[in-house]
Amino acid sequence: MLEVEGVSARYGEATALDGASLTVGEGEVVTLVGRNGAGKTTLLRCLMGLHRPAAGRIVLAGRDITGLAAHRRARLGLGYVPDDRGIYAGLSVEENLTLPPVAAGSAWPLARVYEAFPVLAARRRFPGGRLSGGEQQMLALARVLRAGARVLLCDEPTEGLAPVAVRQIGEILRGAKEHGVSVLLVEQNLRFATTVADRHYLLAQGRVVEALDNRDVKQREDELLAHLGL
Amino acid sequence: MILGLMRRLGDRPAWMRWGLLAVGLAVAAILPWVLYPPVATDILCWGLFAVAFDLLLGHAGLLSFGHAAFWGGSAYVTGLIALHSGLPFYVAVLGGAVAAAVLALPIGYLAVRRSGIYFAMITLAFAQMVYFVANQWSAVTGGENGLQGIPRNLPGVDLSDAFTFYYAALPVVLLGLAAARRIVRSPFGRVTAAIRDNTDRVRALGYPADRYKLTVFTASAFLSGLAGGLFAVNHGFASLQEVDWTTSGKVVVMTVLGGIGTLWGSLVGAAAIVRLEDWLSTAGFEQTDLVTGGVFIVVVLLFRQGLWGTATRLLRPRPPAPPTPDPAEPADPDRTPHLTKR
Repeated sequence: MLEVEGVSARYGEATALDGASLTVGEGEVVTLVGRNGAGKTTLLRCLMGLHRPAAGRIVLAGRDITGLAAHRRARLGLGYVPDDRGIYAGLSVEENLTLPPVAAGSAWPLARVYEAFPVLAARRRFPGGRLSGGEQQMLALARVLRAGARVLLCDEPTEGLAPVAVRQIGEILRGAKEHGVSVLLVEQNLRFATTVADRHYLLAQGRVVEALDNRDVKQREDELLAHLGL
Repeated sequence: MILGLMRRLGDRPAWMRWGLLAVGLAVAAILPWVLYPPVATDILCWGLFAVAFDLLLGHAGLLSFGHAAFWGGSAYVTGLIALHSGLPFYVAVLGGAVAAAVLALPIGYLAVRRSGIYFAMITLAFAQMVYFVANQWSAVTGGENGLQGIPRNLPGVDLSDAFTFYYAALPVVLLGLAAARRIVRSPFGRVTAAIRDNTDRVRALGYPADRYKLTVFTASAFLSGLAGGLFAVNHGFASLQEVDWTTSGKVVVMTVLGGIGTLWGSLVGAAAIVRLEDWLSTAGFEQTDLVTGGVFIVVVLLFRQGLWGTATRLLRPRPPAPPTPDPAEPADPDRTPHLTKR
């Protein structure tokens, strides 16, 4: 569904990504783990088209999107959930949901969104700024699904959330997966990652250094945690 | 009920909106009785110009330093149409505004790719080119002399009296203001406001941000052109002053003085500056810029939200603090735009 080949990116003189490659299959949940500064967020920004890669190729559903503008990628089914969640505080939940233009075919109707996210249905007239962190995260996920995202790029969706909210996010990601949605997840919480993801990539100094499955992660948890500095 | 109150935190209650509209229209209706009529018309023109500018600065977050190109460009085109065709002045002004919008397309196309100081400098550079053309192409523009004797044509109506002309110009300005308000309140306006707050976020949600910026830039230029054309007809001439960079600066001052992003504040800012300048020059004071500059500094230092922003903040009835059902995130600090943003 999503293929990334040798993507490099720079901020001025500093190299953030140095030939990172990975793939995400259809309906697959893949996490990207790595220390702060390993290039995780930069990779997501390159995939979304918010940062121009210096080299490499990005293919979405068989189509080369490397040079495409961000808004076109969104319409092709890429959904970016940034780490600040990007909720409009002054708009209501429903207005936030209906803000992005809808991609043909894969968009979730509002009724289905509310069925999958009962919390949001209960708060549809609430201003986005008055939701809890977990609710905002759900709103951000619901918004890209409603817009028709087939590949979710999630930047640390569980960061700073209460355990109960983390569980809810996990259920939502698993539910999306069941609907054939692919997810690339930046995640520091390894325990959480193994409950939702099929595979994992370890990113270090801008490169994918290892591909791991859930068993690898569980067996080597201490070593990985030490590497992540947690 | 509490949710209803909270829903539109930025909105005024309905009675206040209608009350404001009524007061505004009443002021507009009696203005030429209170002020010297040509000055009243000047306030209309500069008011519309400043509102058009605020559409761009306050609602799309783009600080143009070249809006004189649209105001002045339209003044020249309006003057040429009125001088050579004899068509009603409405047509001439419309033609000038369309010319301003057409001029805005290539300028905006290049400028919206940049933001902040680069955007300001690109627009300034283009405006200086317009100034150069207006200065050099004297066979058409009259060069240093400008266009003289622009007529106030309107079949069947004698507009030679400034008092009558005020009322002929008023509907154009009201239409322009209504258009600006419509844009800000439309779904399109929502998206431009979202672009102002966080451009990447809007791009990632699937909106072509640059195209939205170009559209609002062009709309702002069109409305600036309406204002500049009316100004030329009001004075009967279009001069180099209209395309000078100080004119671009003046509209920035008016908008900031009134309050960035308040839309109607720009009217107040424009009226204050025009009135002050007229009063000073009538009193024989030569250094008007010294005084307007001083007023500007005082307002910016003491009332960051401008005259209008400060007044509405003081007057707005505060909704009772709603109970918080959840640990709430801090409200978006982006809701009040500032000049320094990006």
